[in-house]
Order: sequence, then C-alpha cells, then structure tokens
Amino acid sequence: MSTQITNEDLELSVLETDAAETPTAAQALRSARLSSLDTLESEAIHIIREVVAEFEKPALLFSGGKDSVVMLHLATKAFWPGKVPFPVLHVDTGHNFPEVIDFRDRTVERLGLKLVVGSVQEFIDRGELAERADGTRNPLQTVPLLDAIQRNKFDAVFGGGRRDEDKARAKERILSLRDEFGQWDPRNQRPELWNLYNGRHTVGQHVRAFPISNWTELDVWRYIEREGVELPGLYYAHEREVYERDGMWRAVGEVSMPKPHEEVVTKLVRYRTVGDMSCTGAVVSDARTVADVVVEVAASTLTERGATRADDRISEAAMEDRKKDGYF
Amino acid sequence: MSTETALLETGLRESTLFRFATAGSVDDGKSTLVGRLLHDSKAILADQLDAVARTSADRGFGGAGATGSQAIDLALLTDGLRAEREQGITIDVAYRYFATDRRSFILADCPGHVQYTKNTVTGASTADAVVVLIDARKGVLEQTRRHLSVLQLLRVAHVIVAVNKIDLVDFSESVFREIETDVQKVARELGLGSDGIADVAVIPVSALDGDNVVDRSDRTPWYSGPALLEVLETLPAADELESHLESFRFPVQLVIRPQGALAPDAVAAGLDVGAYRDYRAYAGQITEGTVKLGDKVTVLSPGHEPRITTVTGIDFAGSELAEATAPQSVAIRLADEIDIARGDTIAAAGTVRESSADLYAALCWLSPKPLREGAKVLVKHGTRTVQALVRNVTGKLDLATFNVEAASSLELNDIGNAQLRLAAPLPLENYLHHRRTGAFLVIDPVDGNTLAAGLVKDHPGDHEDERYVI
Repeated sequence: MSTQITNEDLELSVLETDAAETPTAAQALRSARLSSLDTLESEAIHIIREVVAEFEKPALLFSGGKDSVVMLHLATKAFWPGKVPFPVLHVDTGHNFPEVIDFRDRTVERLGLKLVVGSVQEFIDRGELAERADGTRNPLQTVPLLDAIQRNKFDAVFGGGRRDEDKARAKERILSLRDEFGQWDPRNQRPELWNLYNGRHTVGQHVRAFPISNWTELDVWRYIEREGVELPGLYYAHEREVYERDGMWRAVGEVSMPKPHEEVVTKLVRYRTVGDMSCTGAVVSDARTVADVVVEVAASTLTERGATRADDRISEAAMEDRKKDGYF
Repeated sequence: MSTETALLETGLRESTLFRFATAGSVDDGKSTLVGRLLHDSKAILADQLDAVARTSADRGFGGAGATGSQAIDLALLTDGLRAEREQGITIDVAYRYFATDRRSFILADCPGHVQYTKNTVTGASTADAVVVLIDARKGVLEQTRRHLSVLQLLRVAHVIVAVNKIDLVDFSESVFREIETDVQKVARELGLGSDGIADVAVIPVSALDGDNVVDRSDRTPWYSGPALLEVLETLPAADELESHLESFRFPVQLVIRPQGALAPDAVAAGLDVGAYRDYRAYAGQITEGTVKLGDKVTVLSPGHEPRITTVTGIDFAGSELAEATAPQSVAIRLADEIDIARGDTIAAAGTVRESSADLYAALCWLSPKPLREGAKVLVKHGTRTVQALVRNVTGKLDLATFNVEAASSLELNDIGNAQLRLAAPLPLENYLHHRRTGAFLVIDPVDGNTLAAGLVKDHPGDHEDERYVI
C-alpha cells in the first residue's frame, strides 16, 4: 500500500485527459482528495439536508455571530437556487451590540427569511425570569429558547456549536436529542455511525442539530475568507471605548457601564464572539481584514471562549451544566 | 521549522482531513496519550493548559518538583464531563481537533470500559485509522482482541497498536517484541492485513513522557520505525485507498424544485429567473466514486424497474461542475423527467445489483435491549428507512476463539449474524466492497433509539458479487 502514483495510474490519467493538460503526479494526487474545508462543507450541507428532509419544522438559531452566519451561508448553498426552507430563531438577550441587530435584520431581509425572536427582556418584564446578580444574560436564554421551540412547534433546531469550543461540546452528537424540558443527557446518547443520522424522536422531544460540529475556529475563519461571507463589523479591529474587568476588555454601553474605579480608554479592539454585551470581552487587535483575522487566530494562544466569555469562566463545568438545562 | 511556525502555516494553507479513533482498555493511558498528542502538537491553548495545570496541582499530580508537562495530568485535557473528572474515567466518545503542517486531524477518543463495542464501532465507522492501546505491562488482553475484531469487521483501513507505558518496563525490547508477536498473531487469526484491508503498525510509546508520540525517542534505540504522529501524517486516507475500485453511488436526500420560490439573494445577484422556473435537481452527498457530465446512470427506486438515464448537470450552489467525487455534496440533473424521491439511489449504470428485500448482515448490537428473533425493527440505509422483521439470528462471534457459535439472540456488545426481511427492497451492497452502501442502522420503532450497526453480507449461495449487474 503506497501513496505513490504508479506508472499505471499515470497512463490512465493521460488517456482520460486532454494531451495538452496532462497532469503531473502531484496534481493527480491533489485532485483525488478534497481539501479539509471542502470536506467539512460537504459534511455540513449533507447534515442540513438530512434534517430538512426528515423533520417537520426545523429552524436555525441565528444571533448574527460568525458561526450562525456561516450556518446560514451553508444553508443557502444546500438549497440553491431555492430559498432556505426554514425560519431563523434569535434568542435576544436585550444586551445586544446594536450593529449585530442591524446585521441580523439586513441578512433576514436579503435572504427573504422569517425571523422568530424569543426575548429575554419580555420574560424579565413578566417576572418569569430574574436578572442575575452578575448581570449576565447568556444563561437566561434557555427559557425563551424552549418557549419559542414549543410555541412554534420546532422539532429540529440548527445550532452553530462546534466541538472544539468546549469539553462538554466535544462529547455531543451532531444530532442531539432533547427531552420535553430541552435537557441533554450526556450519558444516554445515541451512537452516531458512518454518515447515517438517526433523528427519530417522540412527541415533545426535539433535536438540536450541529452541522459544523467538526469545524475549528480557524476553519470557520478560513471559510469566511474563502467564501467572502459578510460579518458584523465588530469582528474586525476598530476603535472602541473599553475598560478592563476580570482581565477582559469590556465595551462601554448602556448595559455595560464601568464602575467608578474602572478607567475608560480607547483601544483598537475586535470581538472573537458576539453575545450578551455585558459579559463579552474584546481582544486588543489590529486585524482589520478577514485575512488579518485568519493569521491572528492561527497564532492565538487562547481559546475564543477563554479569551472573551466571562460566563464560561465561572466553573470548569459551566457549559455542561447549561447544556443539561436546555441551552444551545 | 518550529512547531509554532508550522501551526501558523497550517492555518493558512489548504490541508486535507484525516480522521482517526483511539481505542483502549481500562487504565492503559489512552487519555494521557491523546493529551500528549494534543499538547505536543500545540493544539492546547494557554487557558486550557492553565486550567489543567491548576487542577493537577490541586490534586498533587507528578509529585513535588515536577515541572513542565511532567507536572500536568494530560488526561484532564480530554475528560469533558463533570462525572468523568470526578470519577477519573472517560464515559463517552469525545472528538478532538489538531493540525500539523501536513494534515488536519479529527480524533474520536473512544473510552474502553463502558460500552466499549458501542464506542469503538462509533469511532471506527468514520475513521481512516484506529490507534489501539496496549499496556506494556499487561500485553494483549481479551479486550485488545475484541477491539481488533471490531476493526476487522468494520474494515478500518489502518490499525496502529501503541504499546504504552514502555517506560514502566524499562524500555525493554524483549517485552515489546513479545507483544508485537502476539499482536501480529491475533491480526493473522482475524485476517487483518492479509488481504490488503488493513496493515498493523506496532509502536512502543510512553504517553506520560512523550516517547515516540510526536518525536522518535532515543530511549528505544532498538525501534527503528516512525513515531505515532509520523504514521498518522503519512498514511493514505480511506478515500484515497478506495479511489481505484470505486463506482459512483448517490443516495438522493431531497429534490430541489424551487418553482416560484427562488432565493432572493441569488435573484439579486442576477440569476435568470425564467431559466430556473422549471429547475429540478436531486440533492445528496456522493458516497462513493466520481460522476461526470454525460455519464449513464441507473436510478433505483422501490416499486420501479431500474431506469437508465444520463447526467445533464452537476450543480453546487451556482457553480456547474464537469465532475464531482465522494464525499462532495452536490445536486444532480438528469436527462429524463422521471419520478425520483428521497430514498432513491442514483448509481453508475451497469455497476449495481438488483435491490433486495432479503438482508443478510453482521450486526454490532449496541443496545441494552437484546435482539430476539421475530422482532420488528427499522432499517436506515442510505437515505431510506424501512420496516424490517428479524427472521433469525444465525450466529454470534466468540471473541476468544473468533469462531461463529450458534445463537438465537444478541445482547449488548455482541457481534452476530442475522437475516432480516425488509418491507421494501433496498439497493444493498456487500460492506466488504462498499463501506457506505453496505452499512445500515437498526432502529427501535418504539423509542427511536439506535439498536445496532449493520454490515451487509452476501446472500448465502451467491458466488459472484456482480451476478445481477444492472
């Protein structure tokens, strides 16, 4: 067994190819295999199509964050030249970066999609959720998410979760079964074999589908670069008023005001994740273009969650606990 | 080139994907080996390492005076769930990602002791290679034989045996050679390697100290082979090996027929609305082989005679391709207006057998609910799910002797043979030659759980695989 191209192989390719374009051995070998990005893209599109074919009413979680933007881009490719055949669902913390909401609305308009919003603020206003002592609203998204799923009878919800993000996510299936309460039972997961996905569920259960499970943060950025995918501007370096808290740079905003002792400075920053503005930190960066970001991510020594999400730092099992309770 | 530079260049360069799985027994140091691979290939970022270092220090790992990676319990890098960290065990298959300057790797880390067949089958079903761990102090155990027999059954392209904890036997060549001989003996008994299906590489390693994991060790001068990562970087992936014997196979996932509902962004970008009004294409992922424009294909649908037509278009999101190859996801247009739906298969003409409702198969039983003769189940094959009746269980593999013994039921972790009757015929192919169209799931119709991994076998009495070529 060998990777070398034999004479026989070469003769074959000479026969099959225009004589003027006889490939070299190296070209023949390269064309035999897809690049890792093409392989990941085809895998994701296959999963998106399986879910649409097998479920009654799927929806895609769309926050305007880069992973959900990539998911939506993959969906447009999966059904081209048709429309994306499902609505998008945004769980709105109320603690938004205004440019992200603007981006969300423009994207939905451009693709002719239906937008369903589950609002954390409305639940707080009705007294069905209480603001946390630390002010972050990311963990509060679970209740409006499950409410929107039930109210709209969604039986499958696409998420942009990736297994490289977190140790608990590393163990979650691509199709993840959730019970009536949206809970994930990590000790009772179905084996996922070959490319045969089993999405069967009973009434009340639903499935979370993670088509880009096998992508890394770097894959996502290389794909954004390759495909020319548009993102909210705050993913790229820009001047912003920030202050330091818990070792992270926080933006000054309505929901994220500095305390008197926290000095506000103007820095060139960008975001690696976008979420609840009050707990998402910026990183100091001069990466103004997608190419700059790819280089920066490739050289990074911190994970994106470790660098920018205060809520994931709370405990070693923060993500696991939230997923068990029905979180993304 | 420094590893950092290599990593950076990997990030900026197109690489190919290589999927591998690890399998081992209790306490043979698999998590440590995976942690070592990730750590030494710089896939662990600073905050992850800090968290692990803090926990290691809290637990007094490595003893006083330990420094660097010696002071870090690398196993903690891979244990994901709270219960795993608390109990110091690995519960479920975990997926890890790292890259070198040659390849991007997806690692399915399969625990050894809990539901080991389920985990090994899961990890191996998508793997180009599987690394089996053996504790150098214990040698080949019954579980090693079980792992190897599963890998043989699933026709994993490459099997690598890492003889771990070689430091604890003082880097003894004789201990290693004895284990190596035992491994090759089991491989021969199983038929691993003899028919070109898998080759078995045996490597002495110390996951704890890093010997022969990423770099060759000078503490095993008697071993002249490559380090584990070198092997993983250079083995051909399964689709490279299969390329010479492949025939085009394409299970239809859905029909793309937008009629009026064209994508507004595509229309805004200048899509010719009139030309796409009657667009109809069959979307799916090529499971095997290559398709070119103008190829003759057979369409297989239950209830229809096989129909031959011609490929007139291969579309991918607005690009028209001249050819496409596995595992690409594309949409195919055909010359004739024929009724095609999800679950049908498009295949290279003249290469497939008649569909059959009689299914002979090997089953890896993955459920605590045993399989009984007469049970009604669901079979998911390609993009079609059909009802099935389990007519009989024809035998069970004895993992001690590798003989097939008489049996009438299959229990959790059993591997056996069974005959099923399907409610509709399926384009079944022998798993030996077709890893995708020869594979299926057995699903519980009551709760929807996956009961077994199924591998299609030839009907008894079939001599020629290509007897009913259409």
